[in-house]
Amino acid sequence: MANIPAGIDDTVPLAEVADVELYHPKSWWTTYVFSQDAKVIAIQYSLTAISIGFVALVLSWLMRIQLAFPGALSFIDAEHYYQFITMHGMIMVIYLLTALFLGGFGNYLIPLMLGARDMVFPYANMLSYWLYLLAVLVLVAGFFVPGGPTGAGWTLYPPQSILSGTPGGKDWGIILMLTSLILFIIGFTMGGLNYVVTVLQGRTRGMTLMRMPLTIWGIFTATVMALLAFPALFVASVMMLFDRVLGTSFFMPTIVEMGEHLKNGGGSPILFQHLFWFFGHPEVYIVALPAFGIVSDLISTHARKNIFGYRMMVWAIVGIGALSFVVWAHHMYVSGMNPKFGFFFATTTLIIAVPTAIKVYNWVLTLWRGDIHLTLPMLFALGFMVTFVNGGLTGLFLGNVVVDVPLAKTLFVVAHFHMVMGVAPIMVVFGAICHWYPKVTGRMLDETLGRVHFFVTFVGAYAIFFPMHYLGLLGVPRRYSELGDTAFIPPSVQALNEFITIMALIVGAAQILFLFNLAWSLRRGKEAGGNPWRATTLEWQTPQTPPAHGNWGKELPVVYRWAYDYSVPGAAQDFIPQNQPNGDRISREPAS
Amino acid sequence: MSTILVFLAGLAVIITWWMAQQRLSSKPWLEANGIHDIPVLTRSAVATEKIGLGVFLAIVGALFTLFISAYFMRMGLQDWWAIPLPRILWLNTGMLVIGSAALHWAKMEVVRNNGNALKLALVTALAATTGFLIGQLFAWKELVTAGYVIADNPANSFFYLITGMHGLHILGGLFVLSRTTSRVWEGAALAKVRLSTELCTIYWHFMLVVWLVLFALFAGWANDFVAICRQVLN
Repeated sequence: MANIPAGIDDTVPLAEVADVELYHPKSWWTTYVFSQDAKVIAIQYSLTAISIGFVALVLSWLMRIQLAFPGALSFIDAEHYYQFITMHGMIMVIYLLTALFLGGFGNYLIPLMLGARDMVFPYANMLSYWLYLLAVLVLVAGFFVPGGPTGAGWTLYPPQSILSGTPGGKDWGIILMLTSLILFIIGFTMGGLNYVVTVLQGRTRGMTLMRMPLTIWGIFTATVMALLAFPALFVASVMMLFDRVLGTSFFMPTIVEMGEHLKNGGGSPILFQHLFWFFGHPEVYIVALPAFGIVSDLISTHARKNIFGYRMMVWAIVGIGALSFVVWAHHMYVSGMNPKFGFFFATTTLIIAVPTAIKVYNWVLTLWRGDIHLTLPMLFALGFMVTFVNGGLTGLFLGNVVVDVPLAKTLFVVAHFHMVMGVAPIMVVFGAICHWYPKVTGRMLDETLGRVHFFVTFVGAYAIFFPMHYLGLLGVPRRYSELGDTAFIPPSVQALNEFITIMALIVGAAQILFLFNLAWSLRRGKEAGGNPWRATTLEWQTPQTPPAHGNWGKELPVVYRWAYDYSVPGAAQDFIPQNQPNGDRISREPAS
Repeated sequence: MSTILVFLAGLAVIITWWMAQQRLSSKPWLEANGIHDIPVLTRSAVATEKIGLGVFLAIVGALFTLFISAYFMRMGLQDWWAIPLPRILWLNTGMLVIGSAALHWAKMEVVRNNGNALKLALVTALAATTGFLIGQLFAWKELVTAGYVIADNPANSFFYLITGMHGLHILGGLFVLSRTTSRVWEGAALAKVRLSTELCTIYWHFMLVVWLVLFALFAGWANDFVAICRQVLN
């Protein structure tokens, strides 16, 4: 690899890079509020997403308290419980995870890791954030309108979602939810266009596709998927809004409500399910692929070893992205579909396990005989791997039609997707924040606080969701606000429910510790310097930390190698930055 | 849903073709550049804005294909009866064709650096496309007067929904086109408006194709084709 021949002169030929015109803000408002700088937009996205995520966290507390101690909080009735379920699910999946991975990490990392000064369409990028904020505000407005937010479940299945039996169905709740989704999708499209085109056109000299860090591959593929999948949700939302407001019958069958024939008739609820899951399944991977990419970089950097099977990793990301568009109906096994379709979708679902397993093996093989530093990012990356395998294995159960049918309506499903889609990506979110916080702020997070937070969160999450699988196998149904006296449910279920709730309260509270760490370290944290993890990728080679407007100094960096030259035999240091040419003996220390 | 799958398959072919040129089978860990070889410039020579528009049109294509998918699935149910097509739609189609052709002309004039002809072409495109939108409103009015209101039948609902969505996209295009036109009017150098004229032209051609597909859909010409596809799939 990096042979270092003696006697090479130090003159590096100038590799000119066609520079782009950069927008320069003129006032405080355009620098920090209506900013077109991707780094500021990234922070705005992240703070908004984390704030709304905390709302969803409190909702989950309320639900858990209701399940373990029914009636303890007198204001929670069945209707509120449904509203909490709906808002918790929708916020966590779309407004927190999607927005944070793509809008937050995507905005911060794409230009920096690719050696660009900014996104290619900064104005649209700014609009993207403000539409996202508007979408969040419209969503939150649901809590303050008569009737409250919608309680239709995060899947919003018609006809129930727009009937009077469901909270918010005949009030403002469902209208606000659909409007918010439509705004989110329009905003996301503006941002997503930026992420894709910046990866295509913004790369600096030498940054070929196969030299991109896997983080970028994950975010790029996920964005392409999101751009093609979100229109399905858009179409479904617009059509449902028409059904609700204008009285059309796209999804509404002939129905009698409160003894009265509704005007609707002939519509197909299954049509909605197809549209929804055509978006909904890719959505799982829209969240997972950036997590896969980020975790690959964390593991490689903190194990001081090149990623095992880089090419396989890239192909697996692209393969998962493509496959995820032909599995959507596995969410509809119990909808009465043709068994042949069920067989087809079960097969495609199980095939996805192949590229996914390749990735897991490659992570493990990257760790194998690596120089593993148990830093905070590494702890979270390990936590992710274990959790993802756990959640993925129960996915194999549920992917089979015969096993899915009895389990579909139990807590087993809740446990499965919280493991694979809740805990696993959130581990990556924490790991990524710990990893890049020094670049964003110039200071390190407090290690002790971080460790306490990690262990409480990790162990706590298992204490919550492992028993839940068992409850599901016992047949404890999901979506019920109260179990009451049910013959097949033993008293031990109640005890387990109380245990889970107490754990949920503790894990939730531990997140406050994390927030405190973020705020405290901002001023009091240890100075980080430019490259505290001694990482190879370009974002750590910026002339200033935190990177200034325009990211790079007068000249853009030039890339000479791939992103994983760790522990190269014969090299002076155990890492070689991407912008260091072969045979250059003097490693360039970035100024901090 | 097979319609959207066919669309995605087409897109997958384009993506695969593009990826085939990106040396995805190279071994980056063996290929570090030395001091003396200057690494390649990786971006495409095509204007970034044009690539951006291409990606955007793929999304718009997915959006309309999904509407069409939903249309076909809903059409198979019992309570569907087709909508009579207002004759003014033929006139509107003609207007949109003129708008598209005028922009094509504008694109040629901007290359020839012929400012006056460019102005004429852009104004023609603006006028014809505005005419199209007004015509669409008349078509709506005609249908409403004849009693085909939105909630009556799914065919009506789809007609208003999809034509409305198409109209909104045209409206967005008009906003950009009028900005380009006013820049030409203010005497901007033609080299500076060349790109945006080209982008408008691409967008107009695309929206014309979308409209022709939608027109065929509403006129029922696609029905036989769909029936054949259904039989093949079953």
